[in-house]
Amino acid sequence: MNGFYPIFKRELLAYFRSPVAYVFIIIFLAANAGCTFFLGNFYDSQQASLEIFFLFHPWLYLFLIPAVGMRLWSEERRSGTAELLLTFPVRLTTTVFAKFFAAWVFIGIALMLTFPMVLTVYFLGSPDNGPIITGYLGSFLMAGSYLAIASCTSALTKNQVISFILSVNICLVLVLLGWGVLGDTLNSVFPVWISDFVSQFSFTTHYEAIRRGVIDLRDIIYFVSIIVIMLMLNVVVLESHKAS
Amino acid sequence: MSSSLSKNFNNFLAVDQVSFEVQKGEVLGFLGPNGAGKSTTMKMLTCFIPPSSGTAEICGFSILENPLEVRNQIGYLPESAPSYDEMLVGEFLSFVAEIRGFSGKELKRRVSIVVDMTSLREVENQMIETLSKGFRQRTSLAQALIHDPPVLILDEPTDGLDPNQKHEVRTLIKNMSEDRTILISTHILEEVDAVCTRAMIISEGRVVGYGTPDELMSQSLYRNSVTVSVNAEDHIPLMNDFNKLDFVYSVEHLPGETSGTGYYAFVPTK
Ligand SMILES: Nc1ncnc2c1ncn2[C@@H]1O[C@H](COP(=O)(O)OP(=O)(O)OP(=O)(O)O)[C@@H](O)[C@H]1O
Ligand SMILES: [Mg+2]
Repeated sequence: MNGFYPIFKRELLAYFRSPVAYVFIIIFLAANAGCTFFLGNFYDSQQASLEIFFLFHPWLYLFLIPAVGMRLWSEERRSGTAELLLTFPVRLTTTVFAKFFAAWVFIGIALMLTFPMVLTVYFLGSPDNGPIITGYLGSFLMAGSYLAIASCTSALTKNQVISFILSVNICLVLVLLGWGVLGDTLNSVFPVWISDFVSQFSFTTHYEAIRRGVIDLRDIIYFVSIIVIMLMLNVVVLESHKAS
Repeated sequence: MSSSLSKNFNNFLAVDQVSFEVQKGEVLGFLGPNGAGKSTTMKMLTCFIPPSSGTAEICGFSILENPLEVRNQIGYLPESAPSYDEMLVGEFLSFVAEIRGFSGKELKRRVSIVVDMTSLREVENQMIETLSKGFRQRTSLAQALIHDPPVLILDEPTDGLDPNQKHEVRTLIKNMSEDRTILISTHILEEVDAVCTRAMIISEGRVVGYGTPDELMSQSLYRNSVTVSVNAEDHIPLMNDFNKLDFVYSVEHLPGETSGTGYYAFVPTK
């Protein structure tokens, strides 16, 4: 893991030095508030819980996380710094993980800045602590999976727009596989185990399970495996680029 | 350091069996026109891109089997002098030093040494984005020197520098060459003469000349050739007459700016 920390630190600092980071955080918070209060009718639900807040995260992340991840490698290749970064005596896997973790921590900070929501529900009533904690955990893990996909697609092309569109689409598929409507459609044609099987591959299924307040190791393993697999793929993509 | 490398880009042969050997204390210059394959060869040596065939050995480490060790031995200045725009010069150098495994006092000492070597003191606290091209180039050079590597690979190190700085950097390269192996690429013949102990001329991916700068100069067809400017309407009879002179090996005609003038390059017979 030689070189992990300096690369991680540089990358994370770089976020806070660009206006894009602040724009992202503001949009992230505004979109969260917008979804919870207007789309989700938070006040009408008469519940002191963050269920509605977490409900929208898979859809919000669909656009927000690829926006953070799209520049991870494409920017490095476009500006030529890849040639510098990849000729340091650091393993490519270490570099890929360091850059990923920096972006993930950045998203984690944005997520933590939603704490006024938590204060609001404690002010309104006495919510159940469990689902709030697991909700944040699940949301953060899911964000990591979206980000790993975006990181991988950003290695595929120098063009950030293409990288964004690609990762949005892959993430969309992974969200929709567990979408109730799809499950119902499948059930009307195939036996139930088919839709169960398909939904096991979806973000939605595992995220729903965690945010209900139950931490099942299998759900955590699911997100961690998506992250690891996508980052390994990321390494392979970078290596094959160098070879061609 | 020794190498024998080839590189294909989708069936385009960019580097064709470029082989050479350099010892400690030598400065080898890659000389060649745009697109000759100089940068591509350097990218393979620094393990940025793998060769299509062949390999190279640097300080006893193979670029194929031990790329991390190879990179440890090398200080590399890529062609476009890439660096992170949002960082301060000093900060960027500290970042590179940290990646190279230094910390604390030693890190500060190293940064300070290379800042002085490349005359960056005045811009140490300036953001890289706002640097002029020459300072950017020097920042990137400083980055390559930070770990005092036994091998330096510098892709057009004096590109974009003013004449004073060109001279400074050449002197720096010369001074450092004593206990090091240095590879530079350049388009400037005069630079080869000034700093290189040996030069390799590359064209279309192939080595077309190899030797000390003096040897290469003496091999040149144009050595001791003379160019004469003449006012004459018709150049063909003139050429015929010139070719009859017995000290002339060949004559080339280059049209002048206005009609009725022309330049004639005389290549002497030995
Ligand atoms: N990634 C790539 N894909 C396809 N062709 C490439 C790639 N990189 C370089 N080439 C080709 O390989 C050849 C050699 O390029 P290279 O950059 O090594 O030349 P050079 O000698 O450094 O030239 P210059 O003096 O302009 O820097 C060129 O024809 C170039 O177009
Ligand atoms: Mg070049």
